[in-house]
Amino acid sequence: MSNEKEYIEIFDNNRPLIETLCSALLNKERAKAFEQFKSTGFPKRDDEEYRRTPIDKLFAADYGMNLGRLPLQGSPADFFSCDVPNLRARQEYIINDSFYRDAAEKSPLPEGVLLGSLDQFAQTHPELVEAYYNRQAQESDSLAQFNTTFVQDGLLLYVPRDTKLSEPIQIVTLLRSNIEMLSNRRLLIIIDQNATADLLICDHSSNDKQTLSTQVTEIFLRRGAALNIVEIEETGEKNSRLAHLLVNQESDSRLNHCCITLTNGLTRNNIKVTLAGSGAEAHLGGLAICDKNQHTDNNTLVEHKASHCNSSELYKYILDEEATGVFSGRMLICPDAQQTTSCQTNRNLCLTKCARMYAQPQLEIYADDVKCSHGSTVGQLDENALFYMQQRGISKDEARHLLMFAFAGEVIEKINIEALRDRLHLLIEKRFRGELNRCKRCALCKQ
Amino acid sequence: MDNLIEIKNLHATIDGKEILKGINLSVKPGEVHAIMGPNGSGKSTLSNVLVGHPAYTVTEGEIIYKGQDLLALSPEERSHAGIFLSFQYPVEIAGVSMTNFMRAAINAKREAQGLPAMSAGDFLKLMRDKRALVNLDSKLANRSVNEGFSGGEKKRNEIFQMAMLEPTLSILDETDSGLDIDALRIVAEGVNKLKRPDTSTLVITHYQRLLDYIKPDIVHVLYNGRIVKTAGPELALELEERGYDWIKNPQAE
Repeated sequence: MSNEKEYIEIFDNNRPLIETLCSALLNKERAKAFEQFKSTGFPKRDDEEYRRTPIDKLFAADYGMNLGRLPLQGSPADFFSCDVPNLRARQEYIINDSFYRDAAEKSPLPEGVLLGSLDQFAQTHPELVEAYYNRQAQESDSLAQFNTTFVQDGLLLYVPRDTKLSEPIQIVTLLRSNIEMLSNRRLLIIIDQNATADLLICDHSSNDKQTLSTQVTEIFLRRGAALNIVEIEETGEKNSRLAHLLVNQESDSRLNHCCITLTNGLTRNNIKVTLAGSGAEAHLGGLAICDKNQHTDNNTLVEHKASHCNSSELYKYILDEEATGVFSGRMLICPDAQQTTSCQTNRNLCLTKCARMYAQPQLEIYADDVKCSHGSTVGQLDENALFYMQQRGISKDEARHLLMFAFAGEVIEKINIEALRDRLHLLIEKRFRGELNRCKRCALCKQ
Repeated sequence: MDNLIEIKNLHATIDGKEILKGINLSVKPGEVHAIMGPNGSGKSTLSNVLVGHPAYTVTEGEIIYKGQDLLALSPEERSHAGIFLSFQYPVEIAGVSMTNFMRAAINAKREAQGLPAMSAGDFLKLMRDKRALVNLDSKLANRSVNEGFSGGEKKRNEIFQMAMLEPTLSILDETDSGLDIDALRIVAEGVNKLKRPDTSTLVITHYQRLLDYIKPDIVHVLYNGRIVKTAGPELALELEERGYDWIKNPQAE
């Protein structure tokens, strides 16, 4: 039996259970997505988009799924604590595939802001959720359909017009299970006209079981909205992450996204940004630090549909030992997208002969008055610089750290949440010194 | 007085090609030696071998520095032992600030000496004091190492680093190349100010010009991998006047 058949069967057999425990709205989209998934199945080996990250075999393992939505014993604080000192952030948790209702007292949010369980808001605010939920994901690939088929909950953030969130919101996604597990979670983020928010999403695993998670994040930036979003993945060798980040931007909105893969097993980040209104801006950053057999694949598509938009991408990979990096970045400039400026940069360090980097920058331009550039390089640490530092008394290991740190720093410098930037510098330094892998809890709080 | 460094019958190759073919050279504490010679004679190879550049292989001979076998030490250990090379082509290191670079260097040396890391306050004061010595702009100190520096700034930055690390044996490899006369004077004055009775300097140069400012005690001529002539400072003047041909072809005299 092929892997999709197995999941189609699981869905058919458990459909009543899944649907009873979930809002009608999510179920309605589920039905559409299931039909799509049934006809396409998982991306195959010959699918160009997934050539370097085979999906089919990831689903071959025998995972458990918490379709009955059994609550987890204990609170996140019992097995996890994550705090970014100097960063006053409001923390929310998604444990496996459900929003965690926290008993802790929190400062009140500005009026009209919604933050909490997606499934619950689908029941209490159906007009809002219906207007946005699955609008982008339904156009996406079969993995997104898989997620919509099985997803039961996740998080919704809605920031109403002209509202500025003063504190960053930190969302911690945690994997916790006693068995091999597959979890599917969903984030829906709507920043209304001229509203702003800072968001930090930390992806963690807190056990040693093999896990696979799918995550679909749909973001809508209405006219003049601004969102800074930083994603940090700190999972383990046995964790696979298949994520979609889908962003729709109206005119004069501004997105600043940075995705940092600090530790992981296998990661695929699909990032699609649609600049739908004129004057919109999107800045994407990515940093992957991989060793052992870790695998990180960032697949981006920035679609310029309107005029006077500006996009930039900076993706950097540091690959040690037998790690693999994949970057596929496509910039698509539609016929109406005149006066576009767009640049894409991908720089990679392969520290060993066994480390592999596959880079595929793509630029498609259908407008005639645009300024676009792209570039990709793969290299090693500069031997001359290493020797220069050694001559000044710095050991070769330390010199390597300094060079790698400098290489990574360029991505971190573009993050515009200052306290987080300082924290990340420390985290990355620890990563290079091999101190992160030993940390069983969140590295942000373990100094 | 004991030699600070003694090079005996040194042979060295790069990519299997022999460049140094039996160098003998001794430097006493406090002395300034100039090593001159035409292009390709092995001057830069000698300085690279002294600091342990991995591209060069020593095939024969030995180097005794402060009574120990220098060739047994790693490049960073040689640095900790007080050997400093002012590079002919200082390397640009994008993303590493001069401050972080120097802090790493100073603290690595202190660690090797069993001393605790320098406090931030003391370190910044040291940076300030030493910068003044070579008129290095404080802006340059905040930039990435050598990145976007002019030729003169790079050389001044080398001497600044030398001032920070206070070496016992300084090797100036073509420090005068690419410098205008004002920059040359600033660099040379910096070197002279750093001079102590127990420190020695090897000045590697094509031209006599630098030696107007940094006065050598002894001048050597390196040719075809060997030292072919050794004399007092007057040799530099003679070379300036007559070129190297009379040394290359002694029979033509």
